[in-house]
Amino acid sequence: MKAKHQRLILAVVALAGVAGAGVLGASALRDEAAYFRTPQEIKAGKAVVGEPMRLGGMVAANSIKRQSDGLTIDFVATDGKASIPVQFTGIVPDLFAENAGMVADGRMRADGVFVADKILAKHDEKYMPPQMEGMDKAVAKAAAKT
Amino acid sequence: MIAELGLALLWIAAALACLSLVAGTLYLRGGQKDLAALVRPASVAQGVLTALAFALLIALFVRSDMSVELVARNSNSLKPMLFKVAGAWGNHEGSMLLWLTILGISGALVAIFERRLREDTLIATLAAQAALSLGFFAFLIFSSNPFNRLAVAPPDGQGLNPLLQDPGLAFHPPTLYVGYVGLSVAFSFAVGALITREIGSAFARAMRPWVLGSWIFLTLGITAGSYWAYYELGWGGWWFWDPVENVSLVPWLAGAALLHSVAVTATRNALRAWTVMLAVIGFSMSMVGTFIVRSGLLTSVHSFAVDPERGTFLLALMAIYIGGALTLFALRAGTVAEGKKFALLSREGSLVINNLLLTTILALVLLGTLYPIVAEAMGEKISVGPPYYNKVAGPLALILCLVMVAGPLLAWRKDDGKKLWSRLPLAAFAGALVLVLLVIFGGQVGILPLLGMTMAGVVAVASLAPLWGRNLRRTPLPTWGMVIAHFGVAVALAGMGAESAFIKEKLVAAAPGDTIRVGDFVVLFKGVKPVAGPNYTAIEGTLVATSGGVPHVLKPESRMFPGLMGTAPTETNEAALLTRAGGQLYVVLGQPVTGEDGRADRYQLRLWWKPLVWWIWLGGALIALGAALSMLGRAQLLALWRARRTRKSQERFAP
Repeated sequence: MKAKHQRLILAVVALAGVAGAGVLGASALRDEAAYFRTPQEIKAGKAVVGEPMRLGGMVAANSIKRQSDGLTIDFVATDGKASIPVQFTGIVPDLFAENAGMVADGRMRADGVFVADKILAKHDEKYMPPQMEGMDKAVAKAAAKT
Repeated sequence: MIAELGLALLWIAAALACLSLVAGTLYLRGGQKDLAALVRPASVAQGVLTALAFALLIALFVRSDMSVELVARNSNSLKPMLFKVAGAWGNHEGSMLLWLTILGISGALVAIFERRLREDTLIATLAAQAALSLGFFAFLIFSSNPFNRLAVAPPDGQGLNPLLQDPGLAFHPPTLYVGYVGLSVAFSFAVGALITREIGSAFARAMRPWVLGSWIFLTLGITAGSYWAYYELGWGGWWFWDPVENVSLVPWLAGAALLHSVAVTATRNALRAWTVMLAVIGFSMSMVGTFIVRSGLLTSVHSFAVDPERGTFLLALMAIYIGGALTLFALRAGTVAEGKKFALLSREGSLVINNLLLTTILALVLLGTLYPIVAEAMGEKISVGPPYYNKVAGPLALILCLVMVAGPLLAWRKDDGKKLWSRLPLAAFAGALVLVLLVIFGGQVGILPLLGMTMAGVVAVASLAPLWGRNLRRTPLPTWGMVIAHFGVAVALAGMGAESAFIKEKLVAAAPGDTIRVGDFVVLFKGVKPVAGPNYTAIEGTLVATSGGVPHVLKPESRMFPGLMGTAPTETNEAALLTRAGGQLYVVLGQPVTGEDGRADRYQLRLWWKPLVWWIWLGGALIALGAALSMLGRAQLLALWRARRTRKSQERFAP
């Protein structure tokens, strides 16, 4: 085999590999990427029941209720414009509190409750998930009133 | 005074980098020999001065000099000494100074020790390294000065993020940084060789120890970081596909591809252009990673406040370096002479497929990490999580393992496959055995863990095949290195598969005296008591775990760090671990549950039994060990020492 042919074959194999990877990546992204939703978007009907998604919002004041099993909590996530009830079973992160920001991974149940598998809280004073940038202090205040 | 001295040292070091760059460029253009003589000493001095500046920053943290802004924001006089020292690099400015220190020291080491390259290529390499340093000096001095003084010194500092107050922090970031920045030398070698057109086996041999060295540190850093996240975050996971983890994985993948392709170039003088390209990609990925972490572009547990000025600065630097190197590559790629030929069924052929797969995984991980940014720019907020990465990286990694089984059994240049076919059956048998056992006794196991554990069986046996029929004492160190590293992959793969397939989890609200069953363990919850640490208070739970034999006591903690100097108080969970041969028991103490009378009578507890989980980190350590042996076996020093010893022994027998 001539060296030129070899380079050509390598180039073709590499190209096919890149194309295959592109298809694989694109299809996996389409299937697996989860949308980030605010309570307002969910209320507007943008969320499909049962589809994995990420919900961001403030934990409304006086909304955390613990069920008698000691593990399940119900609370309300709000962005000042709309509110969504959330249910979570497990140990909440250290910084999870009322009037504080949180991001939850989970899905909508048919009855309009968001069932969270995992909750991330605002990490420290310096940390704010960029997805929650839109929720400035005015919104936080509004959330505190609800 | 210390802070001012530190800043002055940074300026002098930056000036020296400037000198290296200018002198090197003039020499390469006009061939003035006297200028070239400046480059080596200037590179050495730059490295030494930057290291001194970093030492001064550590001194400021140790002395708790609160008049320095960085110390006031990130340290506290009550902190234990280890965390005072580690606090020096547990923040943006300090970590960038550490980055520059490593960049400078690497340049100095190249200047002192590299003797294999042609003089002009070496000067070009050092000039490229100086150009890299110069940009980051500008970034440090103008937009993140670590030695900034406060007009009024506060009485005490704000302390370090409690999550970072762990011995893991002392070692994880510096290790990772050595790996990240070590790749800069490969980058500079590639640029230097492109400039002088000296691309061949000499260049590959000079570059190889740097690639191996930085890859060892990356491997150790990622492994340690994974273990740190595992026990410190208290989420029980060992890899979250978090953007910051991904950007450390991406240079590691590039390094893995590079160290295999550089072997081809060094041994067979083939794949030359590709090796140069990968060397450029490797450090580019390090810079992308730094940019993503430091600009706070992505949502992640590691993210810092979004700082547009710094982000733009880093982005501009990155565009200049990556763009410049790629342009140079495009201009010179045509003139890179053709490499030696090889058949598809050969060691080279298998390494080409290895490289294609590694770079494909790299591209897909990068795509998943950056996609949310692109999507957000188009108005959709999206998060890409573990399902995506498992789906794309899992199958490709398994195919990669198949190539890893075959590659070491093939000869260079051309192979008839005899050795491969004669040694494959035993490996295939090992895999089949694992598969059958899992199907019969494993119960419901997901397809990916099932294939992973099967492949671990195949790889474990096949990785040892290059040693069969060899005199083990005469087997060269690099071969041992390859065998151990590949075996490490099998160990890690088995750990990952077993952990995800057979993990047992219990989440309970338990009152003192309750027993909880998880896996083979019976765990008695005895109660909680308050304890005080050096700079925190904590609630400590006591649990006694029994599994047949001796009882073991586990003490998970929930720690409260008071807010210092106006910051909010924070809590962290300290998980308790019990390591057995078969896996680890992992216990986290959650929040108290108040009963009807308003008193806390129960506590949330989360327990996991994680089979073979520690094999994952053992595998990582074995991979690093293998790479270290491979590097040692080729080190010049060792060869020199051996040559001297044989000469001496010959002299002894001489009449």
